[in-house]
Amino acid sequence: MGRMAFVGRRLLQLIPVAVGVTIIVFFMVHLIPGDPARSILGIHATPAKVAELHREWGLNRPLISQYWLFLDRLGHGNLGQSLYYGGSASGLILSHLPATLWLIIYAAVLAVLISVPLAMIAASRKDAIRDHMVRAVPLVGLGMPPFWLGFLLIYGFAISLRLFPVSGYGAGFTGHLRSMFLPSLTVAIALAPVVIRSLRASMLTVLGADFITTARSKGVPGTRLFLRHVLRNAVIPAVTVLGINIGFLIGGTVIIENVFAIPGIGQLMINSIFQRDFPVVQGVTLVFGVLVVLVNLLADLAYAALDPRVRFSR
Amino acid sequence: MSAIPLAPGSGPAAVTPERAQKRPARRWYRQPALMAGIVITGVIVILAVAAPLLTSYSPTAQNISQSLAGPGGHHLLGTDQLGRDTWTRLLFGLRLDLRIAFIAVLFPFCLGTILGSLAGYFGGWADTVIMRVVDIVVAFPFYVLVIALVFVLGPGERSIYIAITAVGWVSYARLVRGEILVAKRQDYVLAARASGLPAVRIMGRHLLPNVITQGIVYAMSDIVQDMLAIVTLGYFGLGVPPPTADLGSMINDGQNFLSTHWQLTTIPGLAVVAVGLGLSLIGDGLADLLRPGQS
Repeated sequence: MGRMAFVGRRLLQLIPVAVGVTIIVFFMVHLIPGDPARSILGIHATPAKVAELHREWGLNRPLISQYWLFLDRLGHGNLGQSLYYGGSASGLILSHLPATLWLIIYAAVLAVLISVPLAMIAASRKDAIRDHMVRAVPLVGLGMPPFWLGFLLIYGFAISLRLFPVSGYGAGFTGHLRSMFLPSLTVAIALAPVVIRSLRASMLTVLGADFITTARSKGVPGTRLFLRHVLRNAVIPAVTVLGINIGFLIGGTVIIENVFAIPGIGQLMINSIFQRDFPVVQGVTLVFGVLVVLVNLLADLAYAALDPRVRFSR
Repeated sequence: MSAIPLAPGSGPAAVTPERAQKRPARRWYRQPALMAGIVITGVIVILAVAAPLLTSYSPTAQNISQSLAGPGGHHLLGTDQLGRDTWTRLLFGLRLDLRIAFIAVLFPFCLGTILGSLAGYFGGWADTVIMRVVDIVVAFPFYVLVIALVFVLGPGERSIYIAITAVGWVSYARLVRGEILVAKRQDYVLAARASGLPAVRIMGRHLLPNVITQGIVYAMSDIVQDMLAIVTLGYFGLGVPPPTADLGSMINDGQNFLSTHWQLTTIPGLAVVAVGLGLSLIGDGLADLLRPGQS
């Protein structure tokens, strides 16, 4: 199968997933116990207000036509009106998106910077003390609540050592870089255990390959062997692992943005939950779903473009 | 020397050397990771179960005159801003969160195993439908969907079970489906089919016992993830409503006193880390035990 056919097929596979994502987000309204309009607007809402929301969301129409209405609006980029902030939900989400994207990219970079050296240290001598020490990292890291880790970092680096600001997004590129360091580090540390584990395993596989034995027998020094031969071949699996865990990475931002008061869509989601601002919660959930689907697609396409060995059958 | 040498493979003696090699790895008490995990988890579970016996305070009784007391004296770990004993709240918080985590893992385990078996065994449209649903659920970040569902259903224990089940079953379904796809081509399954056994019996009595170990190993790390989700929901005020002691809400209560009373946020978090460490060690040990040579 050719490259273009692979891309076409991968895009076709998106259709059922995209439809499913909209169905789940649409049905969130109908999971609300009782009359959704009444429970969203609260007990003090006037009957006129409730009726207005009923009309706006088409709650008195049949389910299928409600879904069509939802899709029709979605097609026009309309996620509904925010009940608390006023204005359109999509506008709100767009203005909060840059901070979240910053956090995701910064955290992914830091996760690679943490995981690659540690995995190399572990794989360089299997079952040695250093290997066991690195392998202990995931055991502790996997059970660590990310928001709690955030507090520890705030206490250590922001309150005690005063190296970084306690919270906020900062201004300008360098401001972002400084302010977003601790939150990105938190997400990166939460992600690192998974990446270290699979990167170590893939490096060990590469180390067992024939071309490594050849290089060793030619007398290639250890560092050069690792940088030129092992790392190059182990990076592709690492990128794949990052791609698979992108949902985890993106989900982690919801929690961390709230700990560090970063004005991203994760903070918007939690604030809107407290204000019972349903259209915004619904919109953010949809955007998160779309984000994961798109990043997965990009990872697959990049993978196919980078690695000539990828066969395009399934 | 008149003994007749045994032909290879004729009798128990020939099997012995191979068995003898495998045996040390198969004895569960010789697995350091598993033992350490069982000890850590065991101590935590005993602390949680025996909580009412280990403290003379109530987890919810307020005593404003004693608020924000330091560790030591009458209060082992000090008190919070409402004068509640931190040690007591820690024990009762662990008790609640562990109970919810252990129950919460059962529903996705069962649902995912059943749907994964059906998809793997029957293939065809059942497989297509189930795996497409899996793709859709996987499209949402775990925390986003759990938080959104608990918000929609209203905070509380019941919503936590529903949300974790709705999101968590997909991992088990993928895992079990993959295992079934391999196992159903094995001779013993073909034999069972050829002898005309009904599909339900083949799946339940022949396939499931052979593929379930992977699911059990995964369940150990899944409990850790559920525990984190429960604590996170508690932190955001979406867990079990106050004043019930919950580790997440304890961390939330303590965050305003981070610079003066760091123990209020640190200790409940350490308890969660300890639970995660114990269960991860059990999971790793079980994996080594059940799938030797694959670690």
